[in-house]
Amino acid sequence: MLELIKQPWPWYVAGIIVGLTVPALLLLGNKKFGISSTLRHMCAACIPAKIPFFQYDWKKESWNLFFVFGITIGAFIGHTFLSNPETIVIKPDTIEDLKAIGVTQFNDLMPKDIFNWSNLLSLQGFVFIILGGFLVGFGTRYAGGCTSGHAIMGLSSLQWPSLVATISFMVGGLIMTHILLPLLINL
Amino acid sequence: MRNIKYLLVGIIFGITFLKAEIISWFRIQEMFRFQSFHMYGVIGTAVIVGIISIQLIKRFKLKSIEGEAIVIPDKKFHKGQIIGGLLFGLGWAVTGACPGPLFAQIGAGFSVVLITLLSAIFGTWVYGLIREKLPH
Repeated sequence: MLELIKQPWPWYVAGIIVGLTVPALLLLGNKKFGISSTLRHMCAACIPAKIPFFQYDWKKESWNLFFVFGITIGAFIGHTFLSNPETIVIKPDTIEDLKAIGVTQFNDLMPKDIFNWSNLLSLQGFVFIILGGFLVGFGTRYAGGCTSGHAIMGLSSLQWPSLVATISFMVGGLIMTHILLPLLINL
Repeated sequence: MRNIKYLLVGIIFGITFLKAEIISWFRIQEMFRFQSFHMYGVIGTAVIVGIISIQLIKRFKLKSIEGEAIVIPDKKFHKGQIIGGLLFGLGWAVTGACPGPLFAQIGAGFSVVLITLLSAIFGTWVYGLIREKLPH
């Protein structure tokens, strides 16, 4: 059984568990699945700076902070105790495309040649680690949600603005992957 | 203490993120290059399970375990869903992470992602700061 759990989980197992998070949070306390809001709560809790957008009772939303802390612990458990002994299997086409633009490491969940502390002060590291994070935080809040709040919770409750947001996420990702990434990776 | 249940849901969610490799930068690249079905399968299945669950909750007028009526507010359309959505998409493809996986990548030992998370919090803060000046 443990051997089976240690294998990479197929998409349908992950999809069912992620999908069940929606009713689980609703039934546990009428909570709407959405992760990017936690970034707002962290701003409201730590650096509200009299900005109206951060003037609200974030403590009422603290369940969300417990949820993301749980995600962090869960990933730690998965990585430490349930880790797959084999290296990650990446599609050969993707490896070929990424090698062509300059990625060199393919043996972990992330390319370690880009995402490491010593790269932080290079222009490439600045773009991938710092600017990328900024776009995630700014963009999700401007859009009013991320993959969880719009693509999963929003589409699950059949809300068309969430479909617009999800399509925009995809278009942004396609522009980055196919047009900008080859330029940025060589910084 | 009443928040511990959300911590537990988060733990299951985090294990799933890691074990299905949803937090992998490479899986996101496969998705945006249309070279693997994996991420489409995960998100598609999740949406189908979500739709069925919400329909059942509505049909049977289920309440939360604390007896609260379950209400899902309507999302209103504004331009931010397009402009902000595009900006997030750019960030998603470059970091290989949406907000959930950022936390999971840190848990999985990629400590430098802590900087990405701080930067994402700062991005949210800047949005709050200039919100009134942005088209909505």
